[in-house]
Amino acid sequence: MSRKMISIFTVFMVLALVITSCTSAPTAAVATEQPTAMSQQPAVPPTAQPQAAPSGYGQAVKAIRDRGKIICGGRTDLAGFGYLDANGKNIGFDIDICRAVAAAMFGDPEAVEVRPLTAAERGPALQTGEVDILSRNATWTSSRDAQWGNFTWVVFYDGQGFLVPVDSGIDTIEQLDGATICVTSGTTTELNLADAFRQRNLNFTPLTFEDTASVYNNYEQGRCDAATSDKSQLAAVRSGFSDPSAHKILDITISKEPLTPSVPSGDDQWFDIVKVVVWGLIDAEELGVTQANVDSMKSSDNVEVRRLLGAEGDWGQADLSISADAIATAIKAVGNYGEIYDRYMGPNGDAFTLDRGLNNLWTNGGLIYGIPLR
Amino acid sequence: MANQTSNSSRSLSREIPLWRDERVLKVAAQILSAVLVIGLLVWLAGNVVSAANQRGLSLGFRFLKESAGFPIGETPIPYDPSRSFAYAFLVGVLSTLKVSVVGIVFATMLGIIVGIARLSSNWLVNRLALAYIEIHRNIPLLVLLFLWYTGVFITLPRVQDSITWPGPVYLNQRGLFITWPRLTSTGAVFVISILAAIILASVAWSMLSRYQIKTGRSTYYGWVSLAILLLVPLLGWFLAGGAPVRFDTPVLQGFNFQGGLHLTPEFTALLIGLVTYTAAFIAEVVRAGIQAVSRGQQEAARALGLRYWQVLSLVIMPQAMRVIIPPLISQYLNLVKNSSLAFFIGYPELFFIGRTTTNQAGRAIQVILLVMTVYLAISLITSLVLNIYNRRIQLVER
Repeated sequence: MSRKMISIFTVFMVLALVITSCTSAPTAAVATEQPTAMSQQPAVPPTAQPQAAPSGYGQAVKAIRDRGKIICGGRTDLAGFGYLDANGKNIGFDIDICRAVAAAMFGDPEAVEVRPLTAAERGPALQTGEVDILSRNATWTSSRDAQWGNFTWVVFYDGQGFLVPVDSGIDTIEQLDGATICVTSGTTTELNLADAFRQRNLNFTPLTFEDTASVYNNYEQGRCDAATSDKSQLAAVRSGFSDPSAHKILDITISKEPLTPSVPSGDDQWFDIVKVVVWGLIDAEELGVTQANVDSMKSSDNVEVRRLLGAEGDWGQADLSISADAIATAIKAVGNYGEIYDRYMGPNGDAFTLDRGLNNLWTNGGLIYGIPLR
Repeated sequence: MANQTSNSSRSLSREIPLWRDERVLKVAAQILSAVLVIGLLVWLAGNVVSAANQRGLSLGFRFLKESAGFPIGETPIPYDPSRSFAYAFLVGVLSTLKVSVVGIVFATMLGIIVGIARLSSNWLVNRLALAYIEIHRNIPLLVLLFLWYTGVFITLPRVQDSITWPGPVYLNQRGLFITWPRLTSTGAVFVISILAAIILASVAWSMLSRYQIKTGRSTYYGWVSLAILLLVPLLGWFLAGGAPVRFDTPVLQGFNFQGGLHLTPEFTALLIGLVTYTAAFIAEVVRAGIQAVSRGQQEAARALGLRYWQVLSLVIMPQAMRVIIPPLISQYLNLVKNSSLAFFIGYPELFFIGRTTTNQAGRAIQVILLVMTVYLAISLITSLVLNIYNRRIQLVER
């Protein structure tokens, strides 16, 4: 009897082993990525130099080089910023920032693995070094800077607004007194909303979800009287509604939302590389370098252009251990700042059209300003 | 004789080498596994601490005193964003307890009914119960929750076109609004009279029923208790001098109904999901318990002339309870733990607020530890209470 039991048990064990090995095969690509991301990058610094002063300098860059690609914390559910195209490819403004960095590092914009994260997951993902860049329309705030990692450079100046049905007749925030408002949990939006209403002595009932789709689905169904988020996000989701014209974005901005890619703390070299790529994209627009003319511009009369593209002089590339034409490669891959913006949100944008406003270059009355590359 | 055996075993053990002595091996195996388990735990904890240090993450709990800043939609106690993270966490704990306690009560009632129906000799009742159990046991709870929330509650009419039932009770996609009695200033007297009625009625019941069993003379204890239960509160109503209870009717005002009892779609969907899902498992537990009581008991009780419900409540159930309680405890614990799925349908319970705190305070490890500790505490207390009850109803063996 017991011998029989043992043999049955053994058969089950073998079966279980076979099944687990089978099912893990397709996910192996992802599964093996995880340990490398986890073990190589964060574990290398302590073993290599446990007590050296600038402890992680260059370590993240080394880990990324060894891995051969950048792990980019992004999203797949927000039109314009991070979404899927008809072929299921992850595209968007935020994703292109990652692709630009990958092009600068490896000469290949495809050397990126996008990890989709929810709003509440992104902080821990950056803290633990699970991602190399967090480019997922995250607002830069002082406490996030202190806790999450290092914020590089503002790539999108946004502000929080409200989305309401047109037939509600609401125009001001005071008219929202007593309303139910849909909001994503774990965001600055959630905090600003509470502040804005408390400051004005207004009441509201929040309905929060971590999943952005749930937030707007509930709003569209009428469970909430209004939805609130960054105005760019509201414009993006409105474009996906069954009847976009039935909803309007109120002409109120209750907060400053500087959306900024960030990197884990520890490796200043990596921090600098990401910043320099962003500056390069902005400077390229200012200097008139585009995806189309980047090769011919290498022989431009303008020394600033030639320096940017690595044809002459130095912009610190040796110290950052990347090639002189890194910025040129990045521009060739994704275009300059304005081209990236227009691709998704310009007049003929793929996702929706949003006036550049504050996101114009400083020379055009906006706030987008790149540090000179020299 | 005894001396001889111990002598012989000693001489035997001398012949057996240490590594083949079963007693030594047993102890050694225990020590080895204890060392392995403790070592693993220490290694894991050390790993967390060193990883946190490496990234400059603080592992303290001081952040709990800071102002939370985030709003919470549905709170059992008053809350505003200026309160601390600790207080927000407390709100989450209470929300979890609220849905768990209400859920356990309803799931038990529904579970017993379905379990008994499953054993009914009526073909239709029996099959309906079977269908109910199989549907609910074989669909994941998360799917059921989404079905109730997105499929039923969110698709209800808008506030302006509410479904109105007599009461008035309003049902719309903002939830269920029920006219609800609220105590007025004279309400205390009335409440005391109700409590007094309950105590008096139960005393009368136990004394008179004992008297009836002892003497065999009918005391009509059921009727007497019922009369006390009705008359004493009536007296209290008049003593209160003026209506002690006022009916709070929901009125559409601005964006939403104000007043009355408001059950949000998130809470209601979660409650219905948890209750119907857990009740299916409880029904099976109840069925197993009833079937564990031998058929002879039932036949003997019937032969004595007891009615069906008397057989069930006086003979079968008291014996079945002994089999039912232990697995019932784990169903209760499952319900409490499953309430964390509310996260996906926007009911701000413990896990939901834990997630938000993780993000807003940037302290993942501490929050996860807190959430785990609270669930563990709730579960341990639940099983402790039920184990005490279980010990009381167990068969006393002499």
